Amino acid sequence: MHPWLPFEWIAATRFLREGRTQSLLIIVGVGVGVSVIVFMSALLSGLQSNLVKRTLSSQAHLVLLPPEEIARPQFGEGQALVQKQAQRLRSIDQWQALRGRLEKLPEIAAISPVASGPAFAVRGDANKSINLIGIEPANYVRVIELDQKMVGGELRVNAGEALIGIELARDLGATLGDKLRINASNGASDTLTIVGLFDLGNKAANARNVYVGLRTAQSLLDLVGGVSSIDLALHDMYQAEALSQRLNAETGLIADSWIKTNAQFFTALTSQRISSNVIRFFIGLSVAFGIASVLVVSVVQRSREIGILRAMGASRGQVLRTFLLQGGIVGLLGSLLGSALAWSFLALWRTLAVNADGTPMFMIEVEPGLVLIAAAGATLVGVLAALMPARRAASLDPVVAIRG
Amino acid sequence: MAEALPANAVLQLAGLKKSYLSGDSELEVLHGIDLTLQRGEFAALIGPSGSGKSTLLNLIGLLDRPSAGQLFIDGVETSTLAEAEITRLRGQRIGFVFQHHLLIPAFTALENVMMPLLIDRGRPDAAMRARAAELLAGVGLSERADYPASKLSGGQQQRVAIARALAMRPSLVLADEPTGNLDTHTADDIFALLREVNQREQTTFLIVTHDPRLAGRCDRIVELVDGDIVSDRPNPAHQPAG
Repeated sequence: MHPWLPFEWIAATRFLREGRTQSLLIIVGVGVGVSVIVFMSALLSGLQSNLVKRTLSSQAHLVLLPPEEIARPQFGEGQALVQKQAQRLRSIDQWQALRGRLEKLPEIAAISPVASGPAFAVRGDANKSINLIGIEPANYVRVIELDQKMVGGELRVNAGEALIGIELARDLGATLGDKLRINASNGASDTLTIVGLFDLGNKAANARNVYVGLRTAQSLLDLVGGVSSIDLALHDMYQAEALSQRLNAETGLIADSWIKTNAQFFTALTSQRISSNVIRFFIGLSVAFGIASVLVVSVVQRSREIGILRAMGASRGQVLRTFLLQGGIVGLLGSLLGSALAWSFLALWRTLAVNADGTPMFMIEVEPGLVLIAAAGATLVGVLAALMPARRAASLDPVVAIRG
Repeated sequence: MAEALPANAVLQLAGLKKSYLSGDSELEVLHGIDLTLQRGEFAALIGPSGSGKSTLLNLIGLLDRPSAGQLFIDGVETSTLAEAEITRLRGQRIGFVFQHHLLIPAFTALENVMMPLLIDRGRPDAAMRARAAELLAGVGLSERADYPASKLSGGQQQRVAIARALAMRPSLVLADEPTGNLDTHTADDIFALLREVNQREQTTFLIVTHDPRLAGRCDRIVELVDGDIVSDRPNPAHQPAG
């Protein structure tokens, strides 16, 4: 009997200790449930962040584009047959001012203006259609981690320099230090030196993307001083769609979020999350029923003891709290066991789910926050599950209980 | 007799009735009991099965509430008290010794004796432990203090139960067939112990028993038949020494 423990704690822990087998079984039961929840959550968040990273590695969270040009007849609305206008390459109107405004938004982590358009890369007899992308490297890498994708040379786009993908390099038979002629569709052309090779993990992008300095692209694409899009990175990527609608309404620009451009992928992520929440809910429910059933039995078994405690002056509240505490303690201990189990599962997973070279397929970690949430959640579930048996214990008539 | 020395009355019953609903009809088990116990009395409550002894004991022990009449414990009228106050009064003023000794098996002998104090004060302390040890010594069980209650023999359990009943220095100890589950020899020991506590502490005892041998050793015998007190007499064989 610890001197600092109140009566309810002493009675709750003694009762649990006395019913050792029952207590142990239900704690293990809670532990298994919690471990599945923790393991599943860690696995899922690891899986999702890995999927997101791979799928979206060469995409900005949000891209701002100039609004579409619409042909509007001068008169006779509805009478003239109007052909839909072809979209030409245009700059975002007053993009410098817009950039200043975007910088003030707290949701935005990075802003990268981009001038991009179609062109041809020519070397010897080879002539490849490319997507010429003019960037400010310092800003661009904060939106798309190009620096992580470099496989040769360096990320540098001064005047007369270009970065090309490994696929294009193969197509053109070119490598670092080689010259490359870029012909824009408007007739402008320039000769650039290849200073870097990248691999975006996507064959089409590796064959088409050619990165040059913003100014080089602007002059080749006839966009002097302009940018064709502004790429944004957000602190919370899942806010992209909400922000895109806001920006669209405020600026009139087309705002494409990764969520919209990858709608199916995003739906898959969401449905995965929902199904895991459903599973979590039902595991929590079965854990709660397990705790409740053990405590109901315990109340029946101890009804005489409860009666005698009441005869000795224990209040209904004291009896109630004694049993609520048992539920909470079972939940807490079960969650600690469960977190330890989940941690072992993950350690096992890491040794099993590896690539051929021994590196893990993807990183999964049990975050301390997750363990704390699991502990708090399981304790709460335990207390709630104990509510019904505890109230039963508290409302026992001592006369009946003592007679047995 | 009920008017004699009211200041010393530990227990006073006036017109106490108890009825139960049995089907549609009301069944009156106690038909208006008048009874007074003075401090230091050692009384037996006898009567055949179904006479209402247990019902009366539950009412006096504040485990149940009367249908009509008044019940004073140490001069406090209890019929108007709220549930929480009744519980507190029961814990502080009344000690119970049951037939089936009913210790809490998850605790040691010493802790069982401490239990009423712990319930009353909320947290254990050294004084509580000392008082429990003293009580255990008083029933001759010092060396069993740290035994789990479930490991004690029947007689030892009943001794612990008696020590526990005395923990709060109650005004009144109610004993329901305290020796009913024990062999004759042990029963005599337990009875002697109750008597000794009564003499030493001037604790009032009301002992419910079937056993005429036991009743014959009390100072006063109250006989209940069919919900009425049919006789209430001093036991000439055992008048208190004073």
